[in-house]
Amino acid sequence: MTSATTPEVDSTIVARPPRPDRRRALSATPSVRATMIKIVSLGLLDALVFYAAFVLTFNSEWVLAVGVVAAAVVINVIYLRRGWLPAKYLIPGTVFLLIFQVYAIVYSGYVAFTNYGDGHMISKESAIEALIDKSLVRVPESPAYGLVVVERLGQLAFLVTDPEGEALLGSDEQPLRPADNAEFAGDRAIAVDGYTTLDFSEMIADQKRIAAMSVPLTDDPNDGALRTPDGSQAFVYAATMQYDEEADAFVDTATGTVYEDTGEGAFVAPNGTELRPGWKIDVGLQNFVDAFTEESIRQPLLAVLIWTFVFAGFTVAATFAVGVFLAVMLNDERLRFRRTFRVLVILPYAFPVFLSAIIWSGMLNPQFGIINQVFFGGAAIPWLTDPVLAKLSILTVSLWLGYPYMFLVATGALQSIPEEYVEAAKVDGASPWAIFRHVKLPLLMVSMAPLLIASFAFNFNNFNLIYMLTRGGPQDINTGMNVGATDILITLVYKVAFGETGGRDFGLASAFSIIIFVMVAIISVVSFRRTKALEELN
Amino acid sequence: MHTDAQMATSNVPAVNPRNHPAARTKMQPSQRRRTSLGLFGKYAVAVATSLIAIFPILYILSASLNPNGSLAGSAGLFSQLSLENYLDLFDDPAQPFGAWFVNTLIIGLMTAAGTVLLGGLAAYSFSRMRFSGRRFGLITILLVQMFPQLLAVIAIFLLMKGIGDIFPALGLNTHAGLIVVYLGGALGVNTYLMYGFFNTVPASIDEAAKLDGAGHARIFFTIILRLSAPVLAVVALLAFIATVNEFVIASVLLTDPSKKTLAVGLYQFIAQETSANWPVFAAGAVIAALPVVLLFFALQKYIVGGLTAGAVK
Repeated sequence: MTSATTPEVDSTIVARPPRPDRRRALSATPSVRATMIKIVSLGLLDALVFYAAFVLTFNSEWVLAVGVVAAAVVINVIYLRRGWLPAKYLIPGTVFLLIFQVYAIVYSGYVAFTNYGDGHMISKESAIEALIDKSLVRVPESPAYGLVVVERLGQLAFLVTDPEGEALLGSDEQPLRPADNAEFAGDRAIAVDGYTTLDFSEMIADQKRIAAMSVPLTDDPNDGALRTPDGSQAFVYAATMQYDEEADAFVDTATGTVYEDTGEGAFVAPNGTELRPGWKIDVGLQNFVDAFTEESIRQPLLAVLIWTFVFAGFTVAATFAVGVFLAVMLNDERLRFRRTFRVLVILPYAFPVFLSAIIWSGMLNPQFGIINQVFFGGAAIPWLTDPVLAKLSILTVSLWLGYPYMFLVATGALQSIPEEYVEAAKVDGASPWAIFRHVKLPLLMVSMAPLLIASFAFNFNNFNLIYMLTRGGPQDINTGMNVGATDILITLVYKVAFGETGGRDFGLASAFSIIIFVMVAIISVVSFRRTKALEELN
Repeated sequence: MHTDAQMATSNVPAVNPRNHPAARTKMQPSQRRRTSLGLFGKYAVAVATSLIAIFPILYILSASLNPNGSLAGSAGLFSQLSLENYLDLFDDPAQPFGAWFVNTLIIGLMTAAGTVLLGGLAAYSFSRMRFSGRRFGLITILLVQMFPQLLAVIAIFLLMKGIGDIFPALGLNTHAGLIVVYLGGALGVNTYLMYGFFNTVPASIDEAAKLDGAGHARIFFTIILRLSAPVLAVVALLAFIATVNEFVIASVLLTDPSKKTLAVGLYQFIAQETSANWPVFAAGAVIAALPVVLLFFALQKYIVGGLTAGAVK
């Protein structure tokens, strides 16, 4: 560390009790340009905040609206008042950190306590509407309503003529009401004030939206709704599922089955069938309990957990060993082309990881890969499709990807070891191996131990390597979960949350995330304690 | 240096019992032979490692130049040479490689620039100012980093969905949205790198500038940043490389084929049907890797310095 951080120098910069007059005089006259930049930036920010607060208020998101405005006020105060200089420099990065790291972590925690996921994405009100909408079927023998589709400000509405010849108007949100000033052609209403009637080509263009519309007959959605199969006639559709607000339950009018809200985020029949969609509820520790107790989740999770530790642990140990070995080997001045060798040896580090991993997946392809074709005479060795070989392949590629970093760091650390230590050991008659083992390695470890911990934490979540090489496969067919032999925790999280097969379960995946976080944090903190890395932060 | 040579020769102490200073100045013939044997061994290790390191890269270069369009047909290295695959690469609307490349460049450069600016501002305050909460701030940044953003990808997805309802220009499927998410990690390891480097810039330079009437902003932009150019380049490059490699968040936030980055686009392209798409992918890989590899070696000196700055205290 240089003099800049020693306490004596610091105190002259910061506290600096003498010469207060001059200091004030200097900082009191910021340039016009700086002031302009400040005012314009703050103005832009405030305009954005004003807009956001307006939209949030409009959507009744009161808490968020107040939060956004409060944050903006704090930022304005910090930049407009004199002083608080560190805050002026820390705010920009901190804002992003707070929103996209800290808030994201906290929100992950919240999601882990919900049943958020496929079938439980929406609020209960929306779920009830969706369920009624879904169960609408045409009422047999019901009369036809003459229909024209009208439009105002981009919103479509139905103008219908009921069997008694009355004109009625309604839309998705607005139940049918009398249209007093409708214009008739014969006994059919064809236009109404304030709306434009869609002509044939416009109807064709908006076909999908029109087919999806259902206009409630009354305020009670259970009364049924008008829908149109062809755009010229509308029919009464009634829900086969009646929602009973008193009992907070759905009744299937055909079978008489009652589906009740039993507190699981869905309406459930006595025999256990759930109505979909359900809605989002807080489930407390349920996801965590499932992860550790439900056999279908616990088994694969445990296997993944063990493999994650094996993978990260092996990668750190092996890359360290190979990196240090190479550093020692190439640290010989008599070696010609030493620089060229160094460049070649670190080449894998310069190559983008996602590309390397995909390239290796091609090279290890059992049928066509160059490894089997050239080195094994065309044998179809299932490098990536056999559970054990896939794991070995992952470890090998991980070593190939990771050793250059250790090599670079170890080379630097080796060169900083004072020559006298080595000389002294030699004078004492130590063998080269003993010198390495008892002099160089301990000194290397002092500087490299924190990096080994960081490397472990990184590999614990080395998503790209696993996903690009094997996608976590080969798939484990013995479990119901979408999990494979080489999945580590983070790829499992991704598959559970965004996987193509199986349901997306944000709640369970977030619970896994939290478990990973807790484990990485504990391991890192414990080992940092042991290496005393944190104590050097002054 | 003789020390390493000896070490390579014998890993067992007993083999070289007379290893004392006198032996260094005047080698016995047997020892000299052993030393040259050791050097030979080092060459063997260096050559073998270089071959292993370079093989996949030669292979993909060869596959990209091979017009026989499949994974199977690419076995013999550089048996056929043609630029056909490179032409195909820019010729398929289902796989808009050009757009992916430009997207990656834009997102990477913007993120790198933002990371340098935001991280540099914070590092400046940590390096040059003393305030309560400074140590806490430094440690917090380190701790928050232990929860990588990809672990919070679900929350980020839901958050961006919500933001998109207010500012569609910043929501899902926008590059600006992805960049601001990446900037959430701007205060991290990179801040530490810059912090360490700023500390090596003598404070007396600031003092002198202050006496000449320079404000803190002027000192930061015209003195500190200019004197720290090497570390800024390293941080920018590391941020750029990290962005180029980032898959999870980009794959969740960007859905429109023409909006994707190279990592997402190329992966999905190759995942569809590995064998048939292989040569075209190889061409894409070569083009995608070229700028990164060139930048890396251009800045290698500084990168190695940056990496080892953390290691060598």
